[in-house]
Amino acid sequence: MDKKVFTPTERIVYALRSLYKRYGYTPYQMGKFEEYDLYSRNKDFLISDSVITFTDTNGKLKALKPDVTLSIIKNNRALNGRTEKLYYNENVYRVSKGVGTFKEIMQAGIECIGDVDSFAVGECLYLAAKSLLEIKEDFVLTVSSLDILLGFVGSVTEDRAVQDEIIRCVSEKNLHEIHTICEKNGIDVERAQPLEELVSIYGKICDVIDRIALLCERQGVVEPMDDLRRALSIFGGSPLSEKVVIDFSVVSDRNYYNGIIFKGFVEGVPGSVLSGGQYDKLMRRMHRRSNAVGFAVYLDMLERVDEEYDPYDVDVLLLYDEDTDPARLRDEMERCINQGESVRSLKADDKKLRYRRLINYHSRRDTDE
Amino acid sequence: MSKFLNVALPKGRLGERVYDMFEKAGFDCPSIKENNRKLIFENKEHMVRYFWVKPSDVAIYVERGAADIGVAGKDILLEYEPEVYELLDLGIGRCKMAVASLSDFCDDKRRTLRVATKFSKIAADFYSSKGRDIDIIHLNGSIEIAPILGLSDVIVDIVETGTTLRENHLEVVEEIVPISARLISNKSSFQFKKAQIERIRDSIRAQLEEQK
Repeated sequence: MDKKVFTPTERIVYALRSLYKRYGYTPYQMGKFEEYDLYSRNKDFLISDSVITFTDTNGKLKALKPDVTLSIIKNNRALNGRTEKLYYNENVYRVSKGVGTFKEIMQAGIECIGDVDSFAVGECLYLAAKSLLEIKEDFVLTVSSLDILLGFVGSVTEDRAVQDEIIRCVSEKNLHEIHTICEKNGIDVERAQPLEELVSIYGKICDVIDRIALLCERQGVVEPMDDLRRALSIFGGSPLSEKVVIDFSVVSDRNYYNGIIFKGFVEGVPGSVLSGGQYDKLMRRMHRRSNAVGFAVYLDMLERVDEEYDPYDVDVLLLYDEDTDPARLRDEMERCINQGESVRSLKADDKKLRYRRLINYHSRRDTDE
Repeated sequence: MSKFLNVALPKGRLGERVYDMFEKAGFDCPSIKENNRKLIFENKEHMVRYFWVKPSDVAIYVERGAADIGVAGKDILLEYEPEVYELLDLGIGRCKMAVASLSDFCDDKRRTLRVATKFSKIAADFYSSKGRDIDIIHLNGSIEIAPILGLSDVIVDIVETGTTLRENHLEVVEEIVPISARLISNKSSFQFKKAQIERIRDSIRAQLEEQK
């Protein structure tokens, strides 16, 4: 197959589907519409809370899907007792931050729902890293534990509103403002010191995990630390571990997520291209007993990921006129194509087409120019 | 993204002070001090590239990855909430975001408060936290004349010395948040150019500590 015909996004979609299939995930397909009620009840879970809605012929308020995970959970009632491993590749409809209007965005990802143990979480992290590798060799997977972070934040204050402010600062690596928040709320700044230390430690697993474990032990946050260590142990002996970074500035909404959360970056793309984590809390909100972990790859971010820029529209421009023999023209085209070139036949050069070389059948008919 | 560290500096006096901090951190670029109209300056030895941009645009350059790091006012970060890391409070360009009104204004809580401002989000968040119903009148400049002409009851704006307010018979009635310049970083760049960014952050932090 000619790989040049793929856009970067198509190449990545194809590679990701193949990756997930090889690891035993089965494809999950769904309709474009969902009942609006599903999203109105879980608005904060969505990246943007604007949803395209319409009234169906039966009077029900429907929405064009802004998210895939909610639909997968909703439509899998028979999950109790089973573990499902699913992958998807769907269009979703969200407001684009830059222009503020709705955009169709292709999203791919996996969901593991059911008996999610530490290996399943580790496998999800591993597949996240492999997904990033498929996108670009130069990538970083940043991993955090929401439970560890909340353990540390909880020892600064029990006030949930203040905790939320502090968590926002953590997500911005904004340590100076944590001090201001403490002072404003009459909290001894010393109490935030272990949290500041935690947020200041970031780096490759082997470089930082023991320091984090020690800090967690001092703070009595032992179980979440064990979970993090177990999940990350899947990278033991893998060269991918060089690209995995523990960084507590990765945060997600604690009303939906818990445990391990992560974001992926590739060199040359300004924002995160992959995001995921454990979302047992969302499962409980949707009255499911099983646990879940998964991630999404934001394919709309990847349009410019391949740096190779082709300055030509076609390799060969083949000019002909009324006197040119169609069979000779066809032979010429086939010759070019068999040499691996693309060829466009035109009666005149409109000066807009960018081509590498010209074959001109005008008057000379059989001479290369 | 190139291997150069791209730095967006705010045009003007504040930007010049910030550049001095970068210079002391070992990322000097002498050509930036030449008297010309160029906007981009490189030092290949330190692999650093500076560019002057409108102060309110710095956060956009950084969020979109055209700049790896930059210096932006807290007012811009609060108003536009860009997806960036806020690494350091540089403690310069200090001022405050405040509510001001005519000296004789008395707030009638039964009526919607008309607020003229360039900072609609900051104003909306502030009054929402107080449960006060407001009508925002978004203006792009000369905010101070809005209450004088009866366009608004109060204004929400940056106050430095308060001279402009006084000269227009206005006074600060409430302070919203202190403002200063912040060192910000693109979240992706931070992962790929961590060593350079950390070196700058740590060196500037040390300079600030020395000044205390």
